[in-house]
Amino acid sequence: MPEIRNMTMNFGPQHPAAHGVLRLVLEMEGEVIERADPHIGLLHRGTEKLAESKPYNQSIGYMDRLDYVSMMCNEHAYVLAIEKLLGITPPIRARYIRVMFDEITRILNHLMWLGAHGLDIGAMSMFLYCFREREDLMDCYEAVSGTRMHATYYRPGGVYRDLPAQMPHYQVTANRSAREVASMNEARQGSLLDFIAAFTEHFPGRVDEYETLLTDNRIWKQRTVGIGVVEPERAIALGFTGPMLRGSGVEWDLRRKQPYEVYEQLDFAIPVGMNGDCYDRYLVRVEEMRQSNAIIRQCVDWLRDNSGPVVIDDHKLVPPRRETMKDDMESLIHHFKLFTEGYCIPAGDVYAAIEHPKGEFGIYLVSDGANKPYRLKIRAPGFVHLSALHEMVQGHMLADVVAVIGTQDIVFGEIDR
Amino acid sequence: MDMLLNDLRERLGTAIISDRLETGQVTIEVRAAAISEVGLMLRDDTALAFTQLTDLCGVDYLAYGKADWETRDTTRTGFSRGVSQGVYVDTEDMEDRFAVVYHLLSLSHNRRLRVRSFPSGQPPRIASVTPIWPGANWFEREAFDLFGILFDGHPDLRRILTDYGFRGHPFRKDFPLEGDVEVRYDPEEGRVVYQPVSIKNRVLVPKTIRHDNRYVGK
Repeated sequence: MPEIRNMTMNFGPQHPAAHGVLRLVLEMEGEVIERADPHIGLLHRGTEKLAESKPYNQSIGYMDRLDYVSMMCNEHAYVLAIEKLLGITPPIRARYIRVMFDEITRILNHLMWLGAHGLDIGAMSMFLYCFREREDLMDCYEAVSGTRMHATYYRPGGVYRDLPAQMPHYQVTANRSAREVASMNEARQGSLLDFIAAFTEHFPGRVDEYETLLTDNRIWKQRTVGIGVVEPERAIALGFTGPMLRGSGVEWDLRRKQPYEVYEQLDFAIPVGMNGDCYDRYLVRVEEMRQSNAIIRQCVDWLRDNSGPVVIDDHKLVPPRRETMKDDMESLIHHFKLFTEGYCIPAGDVYAAIEHPKGEFGIYLVSDGANKPYRLKIRAPGFVHLSALHEMVQGHMLADVVAVIGTQDIVFGEIDR
Repeated sequence: MDMLLNDLRERLGTAIISDRLETGQVTIEVRAAAISEVGLMLRDDTALAFTQLTDLCGVDYLAYGKADWETRDTTRTGFSRGVSQGVYVDTEDMEDRFAVVYHLLSLSHNRRLRVRSFPSGQPPRIASVTPIWPGANWFEREAFDLFGILFDGHPDLRRILTDYGFRGHPFRKDFPLEGDVEVRYDPEEGRVVYQPVSIKNRVLVPKTIRHDNRYVGK
């Protein structure tokens, strides 16, 4: 009789379902997983070490590149940490803008997750539908910051600039006819806020469409119900946060429990799962998109009625206006000082966390009073979730590994940092 | 927050070396030898109930408070433009060089706590908290990988973020920013080869320490 041995299988790092560069070493008995050992670090760029070598503001752009599907949320935690140490509070309008873009980012992230997760476990068309809506939100990013992804829009003390009064238009090119461009520009006639308001009108209908395709879909349920179950106590012990924790039935959301910016003033609900499986986490995230949509709507209404500064009036931290530099010596000095040296932050350490689309995204900042961080630690939610992959897939089939990786909403930019 | 401090002082007693409240956050410093019992107490005492370990990280205090940019002396030619390379010498005898910082969260009381501990020795050693909070597993691997801190009792202390076969602990302050080795494709050998690094770090903005009273103690 031949000797039966467990088989060790290598999964990734170039597998499309590995969501980037995850390498998994799987020990299999037949088609059942005995042990899963994720090898990470293939995208390790040493963000934290790089941040130690440059002034505070120059690292904001690195934050976008951590979790590259929820860019502004990463920036948010970083600028919050700096603001806490400096003891400054941005103007109210900047706080509303931040919340609005945090929620836009949450929808962006969840759409990306839904599309990719669907694609992984057999719902191919989801990807295309999700990217259709993502395109509109990317345009919002572009209108406000000039880039579609890596915005570098939040600054300590506020945001880089106010919302544009005119939404940018598409131009006729060799590949786009005048008629096509006219129809694309139809929704872009007003300001950015008009564009976002129009989006919030039609987006819930789009979420209904996704749910029609998936929520009661037999194949979808077979692939997700009862897969990767985590008990609530275990989820807390493992350090789960965000939808991974709420999917297990723990009502914990930093926006509600430890509110930052203006979340206290906004009306939204926290969806919670019951069973802690992939299907519940799917339901939680879909509902979160609807809630985010409602929050965006409230922010748009507030921002339409209230104008004001979007960044604090302190030129030790924020560069002065270009025009004032031309005839004001003080402004010129401030500008020179800020761009050659930056600003120094009083010595101390601080931890700032936000409810990132993936969970709790925290920045632990140690300052020794210099113009650069002494130590920056990024607490990435995906890192903690992935560390529990072994527990979640043990005893499941090989195909379920893909479903669990999908449900963890893994992005390697933040895990490897 | 004061209540939390009182609870902690009452229960942990001599295990706490110091405590402080800063920007609304409580930090306690704990003797490295006591970290396991303190951890168990923090998790299991119902008045504390820190059931979740949010974060664990290493910190290297080698260059703390040292600036690159010294402009104390004027010379005949003006201020010296000397900028050190940002690479600091490893002082073997530096006490309390490495710290392990734990961020804890109590979901039932909705409060956070920062615990800091200085492991001693060369290499620095401290007891693992993975048996207390299973979520610490990868965080401790990361602190070992990046700082070379050893966690006694960790089930699987391997490198996690750096390359297979990597040497050194890159987040130590005496590890150069540009690293020690670089890789390139060698067309003659037909494979990727490692070689000593050929680039040099250029400090564009030197590290400067200034005390601005406007922002202190706010």
